[in-house]
Amino acid sequence: MSALVIRNGHLIDPATGVDAPKDLLFKDGKVAEIAAPGKLKHADGAEVVDAAGLVVAPGLIDIHVHLREPGQGYKETIATGTAAAAAGGFTAVAAMPNTTPVNDNVDVTRWMQAPERGACVRVFPIAAATRGSKGEAINDFAALKSAGAVAVTDDGHPILKDNIMRETLVAAARVGLSVIQHAEDTRLTQGASMNAGPTAFKLGLRGMPTEAESGLVERDIRLLTELRDSRAHLHVAHTSNAAAIAAVRQARRNGLRVTCEVAPHHFLLTDEHVGLYDTHFKMNPPLRSSADRDAMIEAILDGVVDAIATDHAPHAAHEKEVEFERAPNGITGLETALGLSLRWLHKEWKMPLGRVLSLLSAQPAAVLGLKGRGTLAVGSAADAVVFDPKAEWTYRVAETKSKSRNTPFDGWPMQGKVRWTISEGRIAHTAS
Amino acid sequence: MNPAHARRTLQSPPVPANSSPFNPGSLLSIDNLSFEALSRVLERATALTRQDPLERARILAKRKVALLFYESSTRTRTSFELAAKALGCDTTLVSSLSSSIEKGESLKDTGLTLRALGAEAIILRHSASGAPWLLEQHTELPVLNAGDGMHEHPTQALLDLRTMLAHLRKGSTDMGPDALKGVTVTITGDILHSRVARSNMLLLPRLGAQVVLCGPKELLPDLAATAGPGIRVERDFEAALRQSQVVMMLRIQAERLAGLQLDLEDYKRSFQLTEERLRSFAPSALVLHPGPIIRGLELTGEVADGPQSAILEQISHGVAIRMAVVERALIGGRA
Repeated sequence: MSALVIRNGHLIDPATGVDAPKDLLFKDGKVAEIAAPGKLKHADGAEVVDAAGLVVAPGLIDIHVHLREPGQGYKETIATGTAAAAAGGFTAVAAMPNTTPVNDNVDVTRWMQAPERGACVRVFPIAAATRGSKGEAINDFAALKSAGAVAVTDDGHPILKDNIMRETLVAAARVGLSVIQHAEDTRLTQGASMNAGPTAFKLGLRGMPTEAESGLVERDIRLLTELRDSRAHLHVAHTSNAAAIAAVRQARRNGLRVTCEVAPHHFLLTDEHVGLYDTHFKMNPPLRSSADRDAMIEAILDGVVDAIATDHAPHAAHEKEVEFERAPNGITGLETALGLSLRWLHKEWKMPLGRVLSLLSAQPAAVLGLKGRGTLAVGSAADAVVFDPKAEWTYRVAETKSKSRNTPFDGWPMQGKVRWTISEGRIAHTAS
Repeated sequence: MNPAHARRTLQSPPVPANSSPFNPGSLLSIDNLSFEALSRVLERATALTRQDPLERARILAKRKVALLFYESSTRTRTSFELAAKALGCDTTLVSSLSSSIEKGESLKDTGLTLRALGAEAIILRHSASGAPWLLEQHTELPVLNAGDGMHEHPTQALLDLRTMLAHLRKGSTDMGPDALKGVTVTITGDILHSRVARSNMLLLPRLGAQVVLCGPKELLPDLAATAGPGIRVERDFEAALRQSQVVMMLRIQAERLAGLQLDLEDYKRSFQLTEERLRSFAPSALVLHPGPIIRGLELTGEVADGPQSAILEQISHGVAIRMAVVERALIGGRA
C-alpha cells in the first residue's frame, strides 16, 4: 500500500520526548519507521516530502469543533470543516452533537463517520449525553461508544439538574467515556449576549456573569467528589474565567479527574474587543475581562490547562449580519489556532515550542483517550503536521477553506506556516 | 511561574479604538459630537427655531428622510417628523408592526430597501442596542439614532442639554469643558435599562457637570460609576437632591425588566419625587423627565405640573434639536 517519507525535518513529538532531526516513514496509515536523517531502511519507492528547515509534529487535535452536519450544511459541512482543519494543521477533530437532528443515537454517530461525508481528516463524534440534549433522559452510552463516539456532552445545553449530571458521570464512567460540560448556568444568562461588566453596561447589553460559568464548574466538581470511586472524568469545555480555572486547579489538587480546555480567543481577547457591537466577537462563553484573560494565559503557562481547543463554530454571513443581541454565538477557529498559539504563547510569552504543540496534540488526545493519536511513535496513526515555525504571515479569511467567515482574526499576524498536513499517511493539505 | 509577575509582563493584543461613524452626517452616539459640533447643533437649533417657517421649509425641500421605528414612540417620532417636515423634507414612517419587518425582513435588508426607495437619511428607533451601527454600516447613509435598546438616545441628551442651558446658562451655545461647571445633575430611577441615562452620562461630564446616579441596586449596579469620569452613585435620594441643580427622573421600564422583581411601594418610598422632597431638599432645582411619565410612580402629578418642572419645555426643545441634527445629516455634518 501507500508509503510516504518525510525527510530532513526536525521532529518534535512531545509524547515521546523526541526533539531532534529525524526522517519518518509512514506506511498503511501508520508510522512505520523513524530514523536519523538519511538512515531509513524501508523507504524505497515511497512518496517524499522534503521538510528541510521545517518542524515535523504530531497532527494537531481539536477536541471541540462544530461541523454542522447533519442538518446545517449551509454553515459548514464535514468536508469543508475538515478541509479547514487540515489547512490549520489538524488531523483529528472531535465534533459536537448539536446538529440537526442532535447526535444522540448510533445512526447519526455512524453517518458522521461515513466515507461519503468526504472528511479529509479524522472525525471523532462526541455524542449527546441526553435525548435531544434536553437534559432529561440519558442516552445509551455503550452503544454510542461502539459506534465511535469518544465522549458525551450536551454542549450548548448544559446539564443543570444535579441528578441527571450525576447519572451522566456514572454511566459514562462505566463505559469509559469522558463527560464534557459547557459550564453555564443558563438561569443566570437569560437574554444576555456578552460578559457582564463595565463594557456590557456601557453598550447597554445584558451581561453573563462569570459565576454562571464557575458556579456550574463548582457544582460538577462537587458531584464528582461525591462519586469519587467511579473513575468518572469531567472535562470542562472552553474555560473562560479565573474562578472557573481556580475550581479546576483545586479539584486537580484534590486528585479528581478533571481536565479543561481553553480557546485561543479566551487567552487573547477581552470583552472590550467587542467594540461597537461586532458580532465576530460574540461567542459563548463570552470574551471576559482582561483579568480573566490573563488568568487563562497564566493557567496555560503553569500547566493547569490540558488542551487548546477552538470551539470552531461556523455561521453563515447573514446570520451574523444582525443586531448583536440576535446574532448566534460562535466564531471559526481551525485555521488560526496554531498561528495564534505560536505567535502569542511561544513567541510572546516564551512557552517552549514542544509544550505548545503538546497542548494541541498529545494532551487533547489524552483527554479523550484517543489511542495512537497525538504522537508520532512507531505504530501510531500517520498523522503529522509539517510547518515552518519561523514564518510570519497574515490570516486572510477570504482564503478560508471553511464555508463560513465568522472570525475575529481576519488580518491578524500569525506565526508558523503549515506546509503539509498528513492524515493517516495521506497528504490532506499542501500550502499553495 | 509567579502569576503576579506574569501579569505585569505579558503583552496582549491591543484593543482597537472605537471607530467613528462611516457617514459624517450620522449621529449614533452623543460621543460622536465634538465641542465644536455640539455648539454648532445648539446654534442651529436656535437659529432654525427663529427662522421664518416658509424660508425654513426650503432648506431641505423635497429631501427624503425615512423614520424606521421598531419600538413605539410618541415624542421622539413626532418631533423628528415635525422637525424634518419643518425643513421641507418628505418623510416616510416605517414601523415594525405595519411592514415587512413583521414578515422577518432583516434590519440590513429593510435599510437597503429604504435606500433603494430614495431615502437620504434614516432615523432609527430600535429595541436592540447597537442597531444603528449595523444599519449605517450596510446602508452607508446618515443614520440618526432615535434610541437603541438600553444603549443611547443622543438627541434626548441634546434636548436635555438645551433645556438646562436655557435655565442655567441663559441659552448659551458655546460648548467646552467648563460649559456646565459647578452643575450637579442627579439622574434617578431605572438607570440600568435607560438609554437616556447613558447618553447623558457621556455628555454632561464632558461639559464639566457632575452626574449623580440614584436608585436601588436592581436598577443601578455599582459599576455604573465606572462608565466614565464625573459619575457617582448615591443611594440616598434626599442626599442626592440636596446637591443638585438639575433632577432628572426616569421611568421604570416595565418592558425591559426581564423578570426582575421590584417592590414598587418600596421604590416609591425611597425614590419618588414628591413636592415635599423637592421643597425640603432641592427647592430651586430644575426637574426634567424624558417621558413618558407615570404619574404617581417615579414622580407625583403635582411635581410634574409644578413650577420647577421643565418636562413640557423639554419636548419643544426636542423639535429644535432634531431640526438641527436632520439638517446636519443632510447638509454636511460640518464640524
